[in-house]
Amino acid sequence: MSLKRIDVLICCGSGCVSAGALKIKQALKDQLKERNLLQEINLIETGCMGPCDYGPVMMIYPEGVFYRKVTVEDIEEIIEEHFIKGRPVKRLMLEEENKVLPTKDEIPFYKKQIKVALENCGYLDPEKIEEYIALGGYEALGNVLTGMDPQEAVDLVKESGLRGRGGGGFPTGVKWQHVLDAEGSPKYVICNGDEGDPGAFMDRSLLEGDPHRVLEGMMIAAYAVGASEGFFYIRAEYPLAIRRIKLAIEQAKEFGLLGENIFESGFSFNVEVRMGAGAFVCGEETALIASIEGKRGQPTPKPPYPANCGLWGQPTLVNNVETLANLPRIFLKGANWFASMGTATSKGTKVFALTGDVNNTGLVEVPMGISLRELIFDVGGGISDGRKFKAVQLGGPSGGCLTNEHLDVKIDYESLKAKGAMMGSGGVIVMNDSNCMVNVAKFFLEFSVDESCGKCAPCRLGLKQMHRILDKITSGEGEEGDIEELERLGKTICTTSLCGLGQTAPNPVLSTIRYFRSEYEAHIREKTCPAKVCLPLIHFRIDTDKCIGCGLCARNCPVTCITGNRQDKYVIDQIACVKCGNCKEVCPVGAVDLLPGISPEYRAYKKELLEEEN
Amino acid sequence: MKTLEELRKIREKAQQDMNLRNADYRMKVVVGMGTSGIAMGAREVMKTFLEEVSKRQIKDVVVTQTGEKGLSSMEPIVDVIEEGKPKITYGNMNPEKARKVVVEHLVNGNIVSEYVVSSE
Amino acid sequence: MYEEIFKKYSPDKENLIYILHDIQDTHPQHYISEEAVTKVSEYLHVPVNHIYGVLTFYTMYSTKPRGKNIIRLCESPPCFMKGSEKIFKKLQRVLDVKEGGTTRDGLFTLELCACLGVCGNAPVMMINEDVYGDLTEEKVEKIIDRIRGGE
Repeated sequence: MSLKRIDVLICCGSGCVSAGALKIKQALKDQLKERNLLQEINLIETGCMGPCDYGPVMMIYPEGVFYRKVTVEDIEEIIEEHFIKGRPVKRLMLEEENKVLPTKDEIPFYKKQIKVALENCGYLDPEKIEEYIALGGYEALGNVLTGMDPQEAVDLVKESGLRGRGGGGFPTGVKWQHVLDAEGSPKYVICNGDEGDPGAFMDRSLLEGDPHRVLEGMMIAAYAVGASEGFFYIRAEYPLAIRRIKLAIEQAKEFGLLGENIFESGFSFNVEVRMGAGAFVCGEETALIASIEGKRGQPTPKPPYPANCGLWGQPTLVNNVETLANLPRIFLKGANWFASMGTATSKGTKVFALTGDVNNTGLVEVPMGISLRELIFDVGGGISDGRKFKAVQLGGPSGGCLTNEHLDVKIDYESLKAKGAMMGSGGVIVMNDSNCMVNVAKFFLEFSVDESCGKCAPCRLGLKQMHRILDKITSGEGEEGDIEELERLGKTICTTSLCGLGQTAPNPVLSTIRYFRSEYEAHIREKTCPAKVCLPLIHFRIDTDKCIGCGLCARNCPVTCITGNRQDKYVIDQIACVKCGNCKEVCPVGAVDLLPGISPEYRAYKKELLEEEN
Repeated sequence: MKTLEELRKIREKAQQDMNLRNADYRMKVVVGMGTSGIAMGAREVMKTFLEEVSKRQIKDVVVTQTGEKGLSSMEPIVDVIEEGKPKITYGNMNPEKARKVVVEHLVNGNIVSEYVVSSE
Repeated sequence: MYEEIFKKYSPDKENLIYILHDIQDTHPQHYISEEAVTKVSEYLHVPVNHIYGVLTFYTMYSTKPRGKNIIRLCESPPCFMKGSEKIFKKLQRVLDVKEGGTTRDGLFTLELCACLGVCGNAPVMMINEDVYGDLTEEKVEKIIDRIRGGE
């Protein structure tokens, strides 16, 4: 029989370990053993709890007390006071504005997440409609169908302040009004599940993790705008999402939640699933509609907007997955509840996908208006591998990057735009100081070049020109005037492209020029890559003081450009070196240095070549 | 579905089924089966739990699935839920760890502390 | 084979994308042949050039024969930052093919693709419908070996 009465969870994430968590665990174990308490108390080593700034941290159950900055000296008091006498140690708890916060739910890290769209994700079985219903599912739909007319539903969404979560941030209620007012029948609703922004995966998680919520949201939208048929357009790269949403539709049909005369309200609705075939541009609503019609997914000029002339020329509402997932809760709890969260212009919560060099990669949902610092450092757990924060790319290939000086910017549609970034679909790619911003910009642009549909010239040709210049700069061939040319091209493409993809594709380049101009200049003028990433602008050198002459580097060199012996030590032939980095990797004493810039030897060699040519 | 009343009846019944107290099982093992989880091997983990539970003829434990919790960096993630106790979340699971959780936690009631990422 | 697929869809132009998906999935070499295009053109009453227009627009379709297993490695920025380039090199070595190439035994085709939406576990690749995350060079080798062994 188990005598355990207390669970002690000691955070052993890298932050806390670096702050001494393992020592604390050992001390706790030793002292508990000494006092014969080990059979009563469970010591549990956990992964990163997130609030690394407060490390080492621990949590004690059943009370859920949270201790921060624990030292070995504190252990005795914790055991004596808390474990034996049942009096938690107040001075180790977190204080905020002189108030002691004893439990996990009151700590900023956890407190900062508010789950609306993600409410059930990771909690219910997505393949069972009963579980969704048990958690209040389809109640909102029932309420709307039996107690509201379409205009009231549209008004409620307007009041809530909900804006499109797919990228543009257009007010959802206004969009609904356009479709409701549009003449023509039938009308259609489309759920845009063509999530393609690198670094964003909330739509996939929602479709996979809580498909009924998205379906319920779509049905509410359909009723409000007067649509009788709906389509889920999901990219083919998401087979599990497609399977789960199809299953959800089947189950809803069985339960009479789809079909004729739902809730005896006279409202009838049917849904079908459509899938893409690998084209990023299909996330643009007119391109998406073309794709559902079985054509190439190329955008068309707006107006006419889909609200008036959409799928098969009929009035069509296109809403993103996350937007729809917010609706059931908004209709259950009211517009004011939703509008009470967030900032003046951006209401509610937003799901962000944290990726890149951050400790807690994954999905988080926070209220609008949270600062980047809170998002990356509190919720995200800070920068991984003990490195420094350099930049964050928001909004994927359409967004821009922000730096240290922007960490306190409040995240909402307007303030991000003012700084040259954008909300986009909520992808947050965190970069540490080992990233070269010119290279990063080139990479994002490469994505847009690949994904350009080719319909309009600015995007098709302009982006390629920009990419060519960036390629030149990163290979050490940059010239004066290149930066200005990039800016000129970028601005022209932004203003003249047909659709959102082209209009935003230059953003990563423009924003990195804006905030990291000196890095571009270093590549062009000094022919060096300060972050030591761009191969043509770096070189390797063996430190002869450190070299022990073992020859391991020479044996591992694929082009045999390293020569030497035990006495004279080893030397890299800079002209023949292909910069594979093998030598650095195998050197047992770390004598191979990676240095920024072109080596003097190679420079001299190039100069000679040029003179010979002349 | 005809009325809200009908929906509420279904809900009440479904709630009972979801509640451990009313169920005929003692513990629930919930495996995160979103794409991230599966990409990290959740399918194997789920299979191992199912196999081990049936092999050992453990009748009062049910193994089920859910979507993503958001903690991509710790996938595959498994929750072990027992009435009246904090929910234990295991991270970075694999079949071998799953077997250990079955023996230690499901059978003997001891939390396998080294795999725990959080508890609530 | 075509008849069976056509049975599932009405002869409407909007079904083109799904018919092409089905044809490609059922073909042992995962591609859409000239013959297939002609058949589809006859069934849907649309010109062959329209079908090629659609076919070549979307990256998931292939007009060339491919291997039994399609490997699609994500080359988008989050995966790139986490070392997808190294994984790509490793895959090329292990399979002895270049981008877009098919192994001699016809078992694998190696492709690069845009974001697969599993960025929290970057770098990632998809083999047919299965996603593999947090890839390392060792992991890649094991995955390939396992598929090879299972054949």
